[in-house]
Amino acid sequence: MLPVADVVELSRLQFGLTAMFHFIFVPLTLGLSWILVICESVYVMTGQQVYKDMTRFWGKLFGINFAMGVTTGMTLEFQFGTNWAYYAHYVGDIFGTPLAIEGMMAFFLESTFVGLFFFGWNRLSRVQHLGVTFLVALGSNLSALWILIANGWMQNPVGAAFNYQTMRMELTSITEVIFNPVAQVKFVHTLAAGYVAAAMFVLGVSAWYLLRARDTGFAIRSFAVAAGFGLASVCSVIVLGDESGYATGEVQKVKLAAIEAEWDTHPAPASITVFGLPNQEAQRTDYAVRIPYVLGLIATRSTDKQVTGIKDLIREHEARIRNGILAYEALVKLRQGDTSEDVKRQFDRHQADLGFGLLLKKYTPNVVDATPAQISAAAHDTIPRVAPLFWSFRVMVGLGLLFLFIFGASFWFLARRNLAPQRWLLRLAVVAIPLPWVAIMTGWFVAEYGRQPWSISGVLPTFLSASSIDAGQVWFSLIGLITMYVLLFVIEMYLMLKYIRLGPSSLHTGRYFRETGTPAHSANAS
Amino acid sequence: MIDYETLKLIWWGLMVLLMLGFALTGGWDLGVATLLPWVGRNDEERRVAINAIGPTWEGNQTWLITFGAALFAAWPLVYAAAFSVLYVALIFTLFALFLRPVGFDYRSKVEDARWRNGWDWGLFVGGAFPALVFGVAIGNLFLGLPFNYDDTMRVTYHGGFLDLFSGFTVGTGLLAVAMLTLHGAAYLYLRTDDAVAERARRAAIAFGLATAVLFGVLGFWLARLPGYQVVAIGDVNGVLTPMQKQVSHEVGLWFANFHAWPRLWLLPALGLGGALLAAAGAARRWRWLALAGSSLALIGIIVTAGAALFPFVLPSSVDPVVSLTAWDAVSSHRTLGLMLGVVVVFIPIIALYTGWVYRVMRGTVTVEQIRRETHTSY
Repeated sequence: MLPVADVVELSRLQFGLTAMFHFIFVPLTLGLSWILVICESVYVMTGQQVYKDMTRFWGKLFGINFAMGVTTGMTLEFQFGTNWAYYAHYVGDIFGTPLAIEGMMAFFLESTFVGLFFFGWNRLSRVQHLGVTFLVALGSNLSALWILIANGWMQNPVGAAFNYQTMRMELTSITEVIFNPVAQVKFVHTLAAGYVAAAMFVLGVSAWYLLRARDTGFAIRSFAVAAGFGLASVCSVIVLGDESGYATGEVQKVKLAAIEAEWDTHPAPASITVFGLPNQEAQRTDYAVRIPYVLGLIATRSTDKQVTGIKDLIREHEARIRNGILAYEALVKLRQGDTSEDVKRQFDRHQADLGFGLLLKKYTPNVVDATPAQISAAAHDTIPRVAPLFWSFRVMVGLGLLFLFIFGASFWFLARRNLAPQRWLLRLAVVAIPLPWVAIMTGWFVAEYGRQPWSISGVLPTFLSASSIDAGQVWFSLIGLITMYVLLFVIEMYLMLKYIRLGPSSLHTGRYFRETGTPAHSANAS
Repeated sequence: MIDYETLKLIWWGLMVLLMLGFALTGGWDLGVATLLPWVGRNDEERRVAINAIGPTWEGNQTWLITFGAALFAAWPLVYAAAFSVLYVALIFTLFALFLRPVGFDYRSKVEDARWRNGWDWGLFVGGAFPALVFGVAIGNLFLGLPFNYDDTMRVTYHGGFLDLFSGFTVGTGLLAVAMLTLHGAAYLYLRTDDAVAERARRAAIAFGLATAVLFGVLGFWLARLPGYQVVAIGDVNGVLTPMQKQVSHEVGLWFANFHAWPRLWLLPALGLGGALLAAAGAARRWRWLALAGSSLALIGIIVTAGAALFPFVLPSSVDPVVSLTAWDAVSSHRTLGLMLGVVVVFIPIIALYTGWVYRVMRGTVTVEQIRRETHTSY
C-alpha cells in the first residue's frame, strides 16, 4: 500500500517547517560558539575583565538559543522514522551512519561541556574553562559536519549500491560518503553562513548599545569582534558558496539549470542570467538580462565545459526512466525468486536507473506497463518549479553582497577609529539582524525544494519515502508541532529581548549601566 | 572483519548498552524531574533539586539521542517500523521532551512565581511522561505490535494509539516510572542535604519497594502471556529478511531463554535485589548504597527484559513470522562493522569526559549555595 498523497504532502510540509524552524537556532549556535571562544581567548591572554564579561553575556544569549536548538533538533531525528519510514528502511544502512557518528563524536561533546561552560566558571582554571568553551564550539561544528554529510548524500548518493534481497540501498564505501564533494561544499558554506548570522547578531545588538551610548566600552569591543569575524565569514560564504557544488550529482545539475533558468544547453562557457522572468510552460525566460561567460566560469571552473539546460536534462531523464523500467522488471523477477544469470545481468546493467523507474509508481503501480505519455510526464516531474528557485537564489546572493558591505564598512570605520559618527551604519546593522536568516532560509529552500521530486537524488522519489500512516495522524502532529513551536518561540523571543535590553547588567557584576547608572562604561575596564 | 553473526550479536549487546547508558544517567534526570513538585516545597528547594542535575542533564539525554541514531544505523528496520507504528505515542513523547531543554534553561531567568511554577510542572511532565511511554512501549514488545510488510518491504500498521494500553503495558509503564523515580530519588539524596535530601530519601524507600513489587507482579503476569520463539531460521551468518524464519507463539515462551540458560535467573534476581537494596540503603541512610541499589535494579530489570525477548526486538502480533529480530532487522555487514569501530573508539572517550565533568561539578547542592549564586544557577 503506497502512502496516500495527503500523508506525503503533509509530511513534507511538517518536515520543511520543522527543519526550517530548527535552523533558526542552529546558525547562531554555530557562530556564537566561536565568538565566545574569541572573547574568552582574549580574556585568558590579556586578563581584561571586560572580555570575560563579554564571554558570559553573549554566552547567556547563546544558552537561550541553544536550548531551542536542542528542543527542535529532536523532532528531526524522530521524523525520519515516524513520517518517512520507507526512506528509513530504504537508505538507513547509509544514512543512519553519519547521524549515529554525529551523536557519538559531536553532540555528546557539545552537550556534556555546555553545562560546564555555564557552571564551571568558579570550578575551573581560566585555561581549563577556555578549553571547555572550545570543546562546545568544536562539538557543535562537528555536529554540522556529520549532518551535512548525511544531507549531502541525499543530494549526491555516492558510495552505495542496491541490494535486491534486502530491498534497500547498502553502504559500499564510507570514505566516498564522507568525502562526497557535495557534502564538503555544503559543509563549509553552511558553517560560514552560520558564522555570518552570529556575527550580524552580535554586530547589530552592539550597534544598538552604541546608538544609545550604553556600556560603550563593552559594546565597541563586541562590535569589533563581530566585524572582524563577520568580514572573514562573509568572504568565505561568498567564495565557498559559488556554484562549484553543482557540477556533480544528477539533482545538482537540475538545480543549477533551474536557479539559472537555463532552458537550453549553450556552447561553453555559458552566460549568466542576472535577471528575467522564468516561464515554465513555454520553457523560456522572458526579459532575460545576460552576462556572457560568467556562468560557465563559475559552474564548471572552465571555459570549455557545458552547463546542461533543462530541456536536455528532461530528455536525458526520459532515457533513464526507460532504463529504470528494465531495472524494475528485473527486480520484480529477482524478488520472486528468479535469480537466473540473464535477469541478474539485466538488473546490474540498469540498476543505476532503478530510481528513475520508481518515478512511474505515481502513474502506474506496475511500472513496466507505463505508456509513453506517462514516461514523458514522469520525466517532466524531475524538473522542479523554476521561478521559486530562480528568485530564492537571487535573494540569497543579493543579501550576501549586502552583508559584505555592512561588515566591510564596519571594519573600515573601526580601523580608522571613526565608527561613532557613522550612525547610519549602526542603524543599518540593527535593522540587518534578521536578514542572514532570510538568506539562510532561501539557501536551504533552493537546496531542498530544488531536490524534488527526490528524497534521495536519482534513487528514491519523495512520494515513496513516506510512512504508510493515516493523514489524521500527521494532521495531529502538524497542528501540535506548530502550536508548541509558536508558544516556545514567543517565550524564547521574550527572554532574548529581555536579556538584550538588560545587556551586560544582567551579569550582576555591578559594573554596567543599569547598576551604575552611568551610561558609558569606562572603555579601559580591567 | 568480524563475521556477520557475531557482529549481529555484538550489536544486540550494544543497543542494550546504549539503553543502559541513558537509563543510568538520563534516568536520574527523569526521576528528579518527576519528583520535583514534591521534594521542593518552595522556589529555593526546587532550585536545589534542579541544580543537582542541571549542569549534566544535557549530556545524559544525548544517550537517548544516540540510541535513536544507532537504532537508525544498526537496526534500520526496527527504527522504521517502531517509529511509524508508535507514531502518536512518540509525538506525545516528543512534546514532553520539548519541555526539558527550555525548562531547565528558562525557568530561573524570570523572577515570577507563576512562571517558575509553570516550568516546574513542565519539567515534571518532561520527566514522568517519557518514562511512562518508554515503559508502555517495552510492555507492547512482549505482546507484539500489529504490523506487517508488503512485497517492497513497506511496513504497515493495523492498530491505533489506544490499542497500546492494556493492563500489562500500563503495568510496565508504571514500573518504568517507579524505577526511574527511585533512581532519581537516590541520586538526589546523594547530591543534596536538609529537607530536600530527606524527602528524596523517603521517596527512595517508597519507590524502591514499588519497583520490587511491580517487577515481581509483572514477572508472574508475563508467565501467563503468550510468548514468541524462533523455531527455525535461515543462515544467521548471512543476509536475512524478516520473512525467512518460523515463529511459534504460545503461553510461557517468554521464559524459554531462562529455561535454556538457568544462569539468566541472576538477572531478575539482580533487578529485584537492587530495588530492595536501594530501599534498605535509604532506610539506613547509606547514600551510596541507595544509588548503587537503584543502578543495579535498572541494569537487572532492563537486561531481564532484553534477555526474555532475545533474539526478538519487535515482534509482530498479526504475522509472527515477520517479527523483527537481532538476526534479520540489521544493517549490512559493512555498516555494522564500521559502526562497531565508531562505538569502540567513542564510547570510552565519552565515558571519560563525562566522568571528568561529574568530578568538576561534584559536591552537595544546598539552599545557601543557590542564594549565593542566584544569578548564575538554573
